[in-house]
Amino acid sequence: MGAAAVLVVTAGVFAASVRGSRPAAVTRAQFVAGTPEAGAPVRLDTTVYLPAKTPAPAVLLAHGFGGSKADLDSQARSLARHGYVVLAYTARGFGRSGGLIHLDAPSYEVADASRLVSYLATMPQVRQDSPGNPRVGVAGSSYGGGLSLLLSAYDQRVDAVGADITWNDLTQALFPNAAGGQPGVFKKLWAGQLFASAAGQPRASDQGGACGRFAPNVCAAYQRAASTGEPNTALLALLMASSPAGVLNRITAPTLLSQGEQDSLFPLDQVAANATGIAANGTPVKVIWRSGGHDGGTSTSEVVQYLQDWFDPVLLKQGRADLAFDVTVPGSGISSATGRAVSQTLRVDRGYTQGRTRPVAVGGPAQTIYAPAGGSPAAVTSVPGLGSLLNTAASLTGSPGLAAIPGQVARFASQPLPGRLLVAGTSTVRLSVTARAATDATLFASVHHLAADGTDTLPAGLVAPIRLTGLTPGVPRTVTVSLPAVVRNVPAGDRLVLQVSTTDLAYRLQNAPNSYTVALAAPTVAVATVDGRIVRTGAPWLWLVAGLAAIGLLILGALVAGMRHRRRRRRTVHPELSQVPVAVENLVKEYGDGYRAVDDVTFRVERGQVVGLLGPNGAGKTTTLRVLMGLIRPTSGTVHVFGELIEAGAPVLSRIGSFIEGPGLLPHLTGRDNLRLFWAATGRPARDAQFDTALEISGLGESVDRKVKTFSQGMRQRLAIAQAMLGLPELLVLDEPTNGLDPLQIAEMREVLRRYAATGRTVVISSHLLAEVEQTCSHVVVMHNGRLVAVGSVADIAGAGGIQLVVKDPRQAQEILAAAGVDSQTVPARRSLEDIFIEMVGADHD
Amino acid sequence: MQLAEVQDNRFRPERTLRVRVEFVRQLRRRRTQLAALVLLVLPVIIALAFKVSSETDSSGGGGGGPGRPGGPALVNLATTGATNFALFTEFAAVGFLLVVIVALFCGDTVASEASWASLRYLLAIPVPRARLLRQKLIVALSLSFGANLLLPAWAYLVGGAFFGWAPGQSPLGGTFTTGAALQRLLIVVAYTCVQSLLVAALAFLLSVLTDAPLGAVGGATMLVVVSNILDSITALDPYRRFLPTHFQYSWLDALGQNIIWDDMMRGTGLILVYSAVFFALAWWRFQEKDILS
Repeated sequence: MGAAAVLVVTAGVFAASVRGSRPAAVTRAQFVAGTPEAGAPVRLDTTVYLPAKTPAPAVLLAHGFGGSKADLDSQARSLARHGYVVLAYTARGFGRSGGLIHLDAPSYEVADASRLVSYLATMPQVRQDSPGNPRVGVAGSSYGGGLSLLLSAYDQRVDAVGADITWNDLTQALFPNAAGGQPGVFKKLWAGQLFASAAGQPRASDQGGACGRFAPNVCAAYQRAASTGEPNTALLALLMASSPAGVLNRITAPTLLSQGEQDSLFPLDQVAANATGIAANGTPVKVIWRSGGHDGGTSTSEVVQYLQDWFDPVLLKQGRADLAFDVTVPGSGISSATGRAVSQTLRVDRGYTQGRTRPVAVGGPAQTIYAPAGGSPAAVTSVPGLGSLLNTAASLTGSPGLAAIPGQVARFASQPLPGRLLVAGTSTVRLSVTARAATDATLFASVHHLAADGTDTLPAGLVAPIRLTGLTPGVPRTVTVSLPAVVRNVPAGDRLVLQVSTTDLAYRLQNAPNSYTVALAAPTVAVATVDGRIVRTGAPWLWLVAGLAAIGLLILGALVAGMRHRRRRRRTVHPELSQVPVAVENLVKEYGDGYRAVDDVTFRVERGQVVGLLGPNGAGKTTTLRVLMGLIRPTSGTVHVFGELIEAGAPVLSRIGSFIEGPGLLPHLTGRDNLRLFWAATGRPARDAQFDTALEISGLGESVDRKVKTFSQGMRQRLAIAQAMLGLPELLVLDEPTNGLDPLQIAEMREVLRRYAATGRTVVISSHLLAEVEQTCSHVVVMHNGRLVAVGSVADIAGAGGIQLVVKDPRQAQEILAAAGVDSQTVPARRSLEDIFIEMVGADHD
Repeated sequence: MQLAEVQDNRFRPERTLRVRVEFVRQLRRRRTQLAALVLLVLPVIIALAFKVSSETDSSGGGGGGPGRPGGPALVNLATTGATNFALFTEFAAVGFLLVVIVALFCGDTVASEASWASLRYLLAIPVPRARLLRQKLIVALSLSFGANLLLPAWAYLVGGAFFGWAPGQSPLGGTFTTGAALQRLLIVVAYTCVQSLLVAALAFLLSVLTDAPLGAVGGATMLVVVSNILDSITALDPYRRFLPTHFQYSWLDALGQNIIWDDMMRGTGLILVYSAVFFALAWWRFQEKDILS
């Protein structure tokens, strides 16, 4: 029953949590006019999610490249439930929206978004700051994040921005160069995949061919770059226009920038440029380095949480904006939920900062590495969208594996680190590169984590491509290389290894074979790091305090209960009753189901008496004895033993030896050990126990040293009675003691009890057997159906019916009586107590 | 009415059912001896299994699949030495075996007396009811904590004998000196002891409520399993962390380079609250109860 109760509590929590989910938001899908293109109107596919309470601030949600508004559904619903009007839409060129893809061009995609802000200004459900100016935040991931930044630069009505995993400069993102300066190495795998995902968009007519729904100018520029590996001026101009880099000084809305640590498309250095540029205007900026990214996936709930935390203070005017710089440190803790290594969040309270470095000495001779003809074989470090997967495979095989091909790699290792080091951000190193024959070079630099056990990991699968031009063969050039921005916890004893290689599958490689000599220009890597504290969510102390308080209360409660108990236990003795072994007065016991087992019973037992409690099964004998032993609480009435009131644990119980409703022995112990341990449990001196007397009474002989579980019912019975007699108590209470005994043993028992009473001690036995009571007891208490029927000495009660005359020859006696004129008849001889008993209780039995 | 100066045949309530006596009563039981045997044999079996599997299958790699929390990492490190072997054994046992053993010690203690009918004779001695529970709980908790201590200590020795005494390795990378490793192991043991307090309190409450020892032991185990199942349903967030077993494995936080106390503090607090409630209910119920068994 208790188990069920606890279960109900648990189930209650479950039900409450299910009920706790708030009602779904109301949604409405419709088309909104966008910026016309080539003279034709363009319709944008939108869905509005309304919160329970309006008017409310709005959030404009934009999707990632190749997606549609459907991807935003769960995010939008969460935000709407939180109290925002959410407008999710499909960008032009995607899904059911019209138009062509211009890569977040200011005059197309950004203008579209601006029209949507105007549309929000017409909605009565949206809170308006002034006519035509809704209170609106704009958010999105990747392509949508870029749009958010650009929109807030071009449309001053935007009040807050949440840009996730997006770019600062598309040129830098697609043609990265870790040596700085001119556009670098074409990120061909990513570019190809992005182009394919958009070119494959269904469109109304089949015009466009290979370009799909790309705008012709974008398509042409891409195709030229993809075939040559070099961006031309047209593409550079186009990418520049689509990059927030040039317009960051126009952003005044508080901006949240979250970037993924598993991201080979837009790595962490992109967010660095955005944050620095926006903060330069004095605009509040928060930066989060989160787990996942384009290679590692995105947790919608995590992003929604970031957005709410950022938007609430600005849009709902709830709480204060948190400008701390949050860094997710992978593998820095172990989850108690899953037990795996998990990330923890490191918090830098003063906000986003960069530039803290720690020098780590690396060493190694100058090494010559070869670039293969045709760029094959090439190292595999990351594949779009799969980066972390490959990384996992590499870490499991315990070797750099695919990430390093012999002959193509120069390695410069550090000594084992003396202490733990958190690598966080863009580290730098100065290299000296000498081309053997060519005038330009394409190289890939990375920092590997070499664990003490030899496991080599490339953090986040990231490499930094280096493109050098204008080299003179044989003449070294010193360059400062920005290594990939990663976050990695390096335990003490592990090493960092700087690796420079000639190939990487993800990038466009040179066709001609080449060789380079790579050496360290300075023997140290300036390792970027972050100083912060691990976020303590909630207040763990509170839990501990609550726990200790609960235990404190428990102890206090126990002390108070003990004190009250002791006060109540102050021993009082009824003076008139102090010599009366048992005094039962008006005893009533009603069980929970209303059954009255004992109903107003009063009797006394005097010293030296052997009292029989007589009654059929169910008469209430055992219940009376249980109350007498303090095992159950009477409904009303009292029991006094030697003048002391009986309640649970009353010390006077120590003067009673009891045998109630069968033996209670420990089956795994011998008979002797049972008696010894029982006596040890009383805490009384062993010499008071009188084991020999008790064992003699039990009559078990040698069997007393066998385990009790091998005993017969009768043997257990006798052992239990012996246990009751340990210490020869002044009052012996035996409930049905002769059950299971054979006639000889019953006779012996009778003798034992009589002798026991003869010493001035008192015995109360209960029985349903008349003969036994009549032969054993001096006094009798007859009960029936819980009520007292008769009390008195056996002689009194048996004699109550009058005097019986017994004659030797009934026939002769009858004749004599008949001659005297007296009518007579013969009846079979009956036991007198039985007569009385049946007379008393018989009426109910009919 | 008058104050009595009755000696009651040298009877003193505070001497009844002394801890030593109760220990003898419990230690001589077959189930106590069996539990100890299981705890002693388990690390040896695990060690032998590792020994055999490393001989037949030398690759041993992979192991990244989803499974029991923390398993893969700890499994892969288990054979590096005594500390890691002890940690893995602890990890393997804490989810169920230790739960069952603690439930056995604490759930069986009162209910088995009731089922043998010896409870009423103890109360008729009379052992005061609160004292009876206290003495029984002291012994049951001592046995439970003893099991919690015996397993990792013995596993440490077995691991040392089988796999050597190499310094401990953190699943997060890095190694510990023997001293530091033992210190971490101690934290782990202390935390699992605190966690087992919940099972103890629950089983003890059920032990007071029912006369069937199996009901108390099984009931406590079942509720722990139910809590574990509910805890695996992430949709129950944020209520999940109030489930009594939610922080069961938080001792893993003691295995990193830096010990993170947050979840261990939460887990300890939560367990203390639950335990206090269960113990209070047990005492209250037992004081009121009619002993009918």
